[in-house]
Amino acid sequence: MAYSEKLLDYFQNPRCVGEIPDAHAVAEVSNPVCGDVMKLWVKVQGDHIQDARFKAQGCSASIATSSYATEMLIGMRIADARQITREQIADALGGLPASKIHCSVLATDAIRKVLEGL
Amino acid sequence: MRPEVVAAMMPVYTDHFGNASSIHWFGQHAKSLIDDARKHVAKLINAETAEIVFVSGGTEADNFAIRGIAALKPEPGHIITSRIEHHAVMHTCKDLEKQGYTVTWLPVSREGLVDPDDVRKALRPDTVLITIMHANNEIGTVQPIEEIGRIAAEADVYFHSDGVQSTGKIPADVKKLGVDLYSISAHKIHGPKGVGALFVKKGITLKPMLTGGGHERNRRSGTENVAGIVGFGEAARLAREGLTSDMARVQGLRDRLENELKSRIELIHINAENAPRLPNTSNIMVDYAEGEGLVISLDLKGVAVSTGSACSSGSLEPSHVLTAIGKTPDEAHGSLRFSLSSMTTDTDIDYVVETLPGIVDRLRELSPYYKR
Repeated sequence: MAYSEKLLDYFQNPRCVGEIPDAHAVAEVSNPVCGDVMKLWVKVQGDHIQDARFKAQGCSASIATSSYATEMLIGMRIADARQITREQIADALGGLPASKIHCSVLATDAIRKVLEGL
Repeated sequence: MRPEVVAAMMPVYTDHFGNASSIHWFGQHAKSLIDDARKHVAKLINAETAEIVFVSGGTEADNFAIRGIAALKPEPGHIITSRIEHHAVMHTCKDLEKQGYTVTWLPVSREGLVDPDDVRKALRPDTVLITIMHANNEIGTVQPIEEIGRIAAEADVYFHSDGVQSTGKIPADVKKLGVDLYSISAHKIHGPKGVGALFVKKGITLKPMLTGGGHERNRRSGTENVAGIVGFGEAARLAREGLTSDMARVQGLRDRLENELKSRIELIHINAENAPRLPNTSNIMVDYAEGEGLVISLDLKGVAVSTGSACSSGSLEPSHVLTAIGKTPDEAHGSLRFSLSSMTTDTDIDYVVETLPGIVDRLRELSPYYKR
């Protein structure tokens, strides 16, 4: 599997893992393609995302993209967060093998869904 | 590859590079090397030398057997196979289905076994072939081939078995098994890749897939892969010599691997644990962790294993074998396959049982479902 060093780093040392007990929104999504799951917690302050945490059960690409996407959210304006694309996440991690593109969709789905609740 | 295999192959590249079809002395020398290899391969499965056709590997052997039999009758007939065959058999049968053949895909038990009675019941007047693998490549279950062989003989239907996974790991005697066709592959017994053989019982003439110069007694044209065949022969000789002692040791290692993992990691399950199984295969399902993530984590620690998780397959489908034994895609998601060999050591097992629990813990910590 041709993963980049950066992706493997985010898989092995994922950032922003955990739960936020007093979160303003929580979303859980699962990937219909492979069955991977991601749960995302966010806390907001005004029009900004103050904090975000995730948990995921899935392959290395799913975990890495979930972690990277969660990290991206922190400090971001909610309106901007809605614009995050799967390409942005995949590119930032050095690209994904063709069969793993769907993994980055899991993270953008989670972001979209969690922001719906705000 | 075993070092002895490499040592046997090297002189073929450097000194004995004759074409076995040529009548000059170095061509004839190459031919005699092939003859010797054929004896060793034949002996490994208790066949006659004339019954061994060298091919490019297990996939070609399976294709040749199935398509070669199917083509004997002018009208598309009926084929009986199982739901847990290797892709080389499964996709060949699916291709024949598209060409108008009817295929019965027999189910297997939760332990991965075909019921011979199901084979008997599936027989039809137009059945041309039964093809059931000897041992499964993912979970290692060994099928009741002798019983199915008797059913095939009574019904006068050709019987092919894919023996790629079983050869060299359990006794495979084509006469005792009652097979008409049996596929084997060199690289599964520490031989080179790109070479295999199909056992074709005396008296059976298959339609060749490759036509040309009439090599392999007109059964498979194409200049012989002499070095590969010589390596295959040496691997077969070593496999036969070590079959009993090596495999008893391997089974001991496998059992220790499974027992120690079960005691160190909660919520894991061994697939087909109580079925007759190959001594070297272990298929484990880990709850609350995904297989590809486990494989990559182990790989980063120097352990090479595989998984039936959808996440690791190009098709994004979970393993058809795990699905056939009743596992849900979620369960298959956390599967790991360990393949041991005569080259696996006690230290290797120690390393895996020390390493895997930490990896599983880490992935479970990330899971939104896992509760300590």
